[in-house]
Amino acid sequence: MNILIVGLNHNTAPVEIREKVAFDGPMLEEAMNILKESRVVKENIILSTCNRVEIYASVSDIDAGIENIKDFISGFHQVNRDLLDNSLYIHKGKEAVKHMFRVASSLDSMVVGEPQILGQLKDAFDAAMKNRTTGVYLNKLMRKSVSVAKRIRTETKISENAVSISFAAVELAKKIFDDLSTKAFMLMGAGEMGELAARHLINNGVKDVYFTNRTEARAEEFAAEFKGKAVPFETFVDELVHTDIVICSTGARHYTLLKDQVRRTMKSRKQKPMFIIDIAVPRNVDPEIGKLDNVYLYTVDDLNQIVDSNKQERAKEAEKAEGIVVEEIGSFVKWTKSLSATPTIIALRNRAEEIRKTELEKTLAKLGPMEEKQIRSIENLTSLIVNKLIHFPTSALKSENENKEQMLDIVQQLFKLEIESDNNDKT
Amino acid sequence: MQIELNVLLFELALTCYFLATIAGLFEIFRGKKTTSRLAIYLSVIGFAFHTANIIIRYIEGGHIPVTNMHEATSFFSWCVLILFFFHEFRYKLGLLSSFIMPIVFILMFSASIFPREIKVLSPVLQSYWFGIHVVLAFLGDAAFAMACGIGIMYLIQERFVKSKNLGGLFQKLPSLQALDDINYHLITLGFPLLTFAMITGVIWANSAWGTYWRWDPKEVWSLITWLIYALVIHLRLTLGWRGKKAAILSIVGFVIVIFAFFGVTFILKGRHIFM
Repeated sequence: MNILIVGLNHNTAPVEIREKVAFDGPMLEEAMNILKESRVVKENIILSTCNRVEIYASVSDIDAGIENIKDFISGFHQVNRDLLDNSLYIHKGKEAVKHMFRVASSLDSMVVGEPQILGQLKDAFDAAMKNRTTGVYLNKLMRKSVSVAKRIRTETKISENAVSISFAAVELAKKIFDDLSTKAFMLMGAGEMGELAARHLINNGVKDVYFTNRTEARAEEFAAEFKGKAVPFETFVDELVHTDIVICSTGARHYTLLKDQVRRTMKSRKQKPMFIIDIAVPRNVDPEIGKLDNVYLYTVDDLNQIVDSNKQERAKEAEKAEGIVVEEIGSFVKWTKSLSATPTIIALRNRAEEIRKTELEKTLAKLGPMEEKQIRSIENLTSLIVNKLIHFPTSALKSENENKEQMLDIVQQLFKLEIESDNNDKT
Repeated sequence: MQIELNVLLFELALTCYFLATIAGLFEIFRGKKTTSRLAIYLSVIGFAFHTANIIIRYIEGGHIPVTNMHEATSFFSWCVLILFFFHEFRYKLGLLSSFIMPIVFILMFSASIFPREIKVLSPVLQSYWFGIHVVLAFLGDAAFAMACGIGIMYLIQERFVKSKNLGGLFQKLPSLQALDDINYHLITLGFPLLTFAMITGVIWANSAWGTYWRWDPKEVWSLITWLIYALVIHLRLTLGWRGKKAAILSIVGFVIVIFAFFGVTFILKGRHIFM
C-alpha cells in the first residue's frame, strides 16, 4: 500500500486555476465518493481551501494512482490535462507523509503559522469519514498529522504574535485594555486598512463603534454595515471622550487630530487611557500626542516594524518545527512497515495453531483415557514446538528489512496463507 | 548546639523565598525559560514552613508573634504572601511572582538579622485590641507592598508600550489596564485596613495608657501614610491620576510605609518600639 498526494497550492497555481479545480460545498463529498469507486485508489480524502486543493490517497500502484487521480480531476472539473500537469505536484511515500505533516502544521501555508488550515483539514477528514472513503492508512496519517501539528504548536512559537498590521493593532489593544468588550472604537476616514482593522476589533468584541468621515454618506455606510454610529466630522472630537481606540485613516494632507484636542479630551475622560493608531500617509495625528500621559500613539510604520520582527520570529520557529516533522516521519514510516507484515504474521500463527489443534485431537483420541496432568503435558509440548518453529519467521517479518515485500510473499506461498490483498478494513 | 524548631522552620522558609526570588528574577532576565511556576511552588513550600514557625511562636508566646522586630517583619512578609497567593490564583497575572517574591525575601532577610527571642507581652498591652490592631495594620501594609510591586510592573510595561519595544517581557507582563485596576484595588483594600488599624490602635492606647493620641513618632508616621494613600485615592477620583502617576505614588507610599516600619523604630524611638 502506498500513500500518494496529488495537489496544487498558491505556489504552483494562480488563483484562476485554483478556483477552477476547487471542490466547493456538496461537490467535495460527491468527488470523494466518485474517487472511492476507483480500483487503484483504495482510500481518499480531498482538501479544498482557497489556497490549495489536495487529494490524499492510498493506492495499490503509484503510477496508476497518479494517472487515475489526474484523470479524475480533469474529468470532474472539465480542465485540460496539460494545464493541470503544469500546476500539480506529486508526493509519494515518505515525501507524502512529510508534506501532510507540513500542511497540517501550517509550514506550507502562505502565511506560515496561521492556524486555520488544521481546522480545514479536520473538516475534510470528517467528511471523508462520513462517506467512508478512508481506511487504516489515511486515518492513521490524518490523526498523526493532527497530533504533529498540535505538538508543533505547543513546542514552538510558530503561531504566536501577529503577522498582519490589523492583528498587531488588536494585540496591542489587548495589552493596553485587557478586555475590549467594555471599550469603544472610532474609525476616522475610510481606507482598506482602516476597514480591516475595524473588522478585527469588532470581531474581538469592542462595545461601541463610531465612524466619522468628511463625506458623511461614507460614515453612514460603515455605520450600517458594522452596526455602529455615524458621527459628523465637524464634531468628532466631542465623541472622543467616550472613545478608547481611534484609528485614523483619512486622506487629509494635514493633521486632523491635534495635541490640544487630545489633551482636553484626556482631561474630560479623567485620563482613561487612549490608543490611537495613525495608518494614514501622510500622517493624520500630531506625533507630539504620543508624549501625553496615558495616550499610546502608533503609526503604520511602528506596526509594520512589529509585524516584521514577528515574521522573523516565526521563521526561526519554523526551523524548529521542520525538525519535529522529520522526527515524526520516522515513527510513522515504521508504523506503516510493521502494519503490512501484521496480517501475514497473524495468518501464519493461525495456520500453525490450526494444525496443532487438529493433530492434537487426533492423537488424544487414539491414546484413549488419560490423566488430566498427562493431557496438559502433551498440550504444552505441542504448543512449545509450534511456537519455537514460528518464532524465527515471525521475528524476521517484524524486523526492518529491505526485501520485506518479497519475504512476505514467500511466507504466504510457503504456508499457503490467504491474505486479503489490501488493508481496506474500515476502522 | 541545639537548634530550636522554630528557628529551623524560619531558615527553611527564608531559603525557599530566596530560591523563589532567584527563579522569579531568572524569568525576567533570561526570558527563554519559564521559571515562574517553580517560583510559585517554592514560595508555597516556604509559606508552609513560615506558617508553622508563626504557629509555634504563637503557642509559645501566647499572642500573635509581633512583639519584636524579628517577629514583626516576619509576620509582615507572611501577610504579603497571603495577598500574593490570592492574586496569583485569582487573576493569574504573568510575572507577578518575579516582582513580589523579592519584596517578601527582603522582608524575611531583614527579619533574620534581628534578635529572635520570644518576649512576653507586658501586661499593660495585653488586650484583644492588640490582636485586631496588629492584624489590620499588617494586612494593610501588605496590600501597600503588593500595590508597590504591581506599580513597578506597570511602569515597566508602560515604558514598553510607549517606546514601542514589544519584546518577550512585554508579552509576559499583564496588560496595563489589569495592572492599573489591581493596583487601585489593593490601595482601596489597604486604606480602610490602615484606617481601622489606626482606630483600634487609638482605642487600645486609651485602654493601656489612658490617652488616645500622644504624637508619638509611630503615630505621626502612620498618619502621614494614611494621608498619602488618602491623597492617592482622592487624586485618582477627582483628577484622574491613574496609570503612571498612580503607579509612582503607590511606590512612594510604600517607601513611607517602610520608613514608618523600620525608620521610626531605629531613628525616632517611641512607644511602638518592639524591643
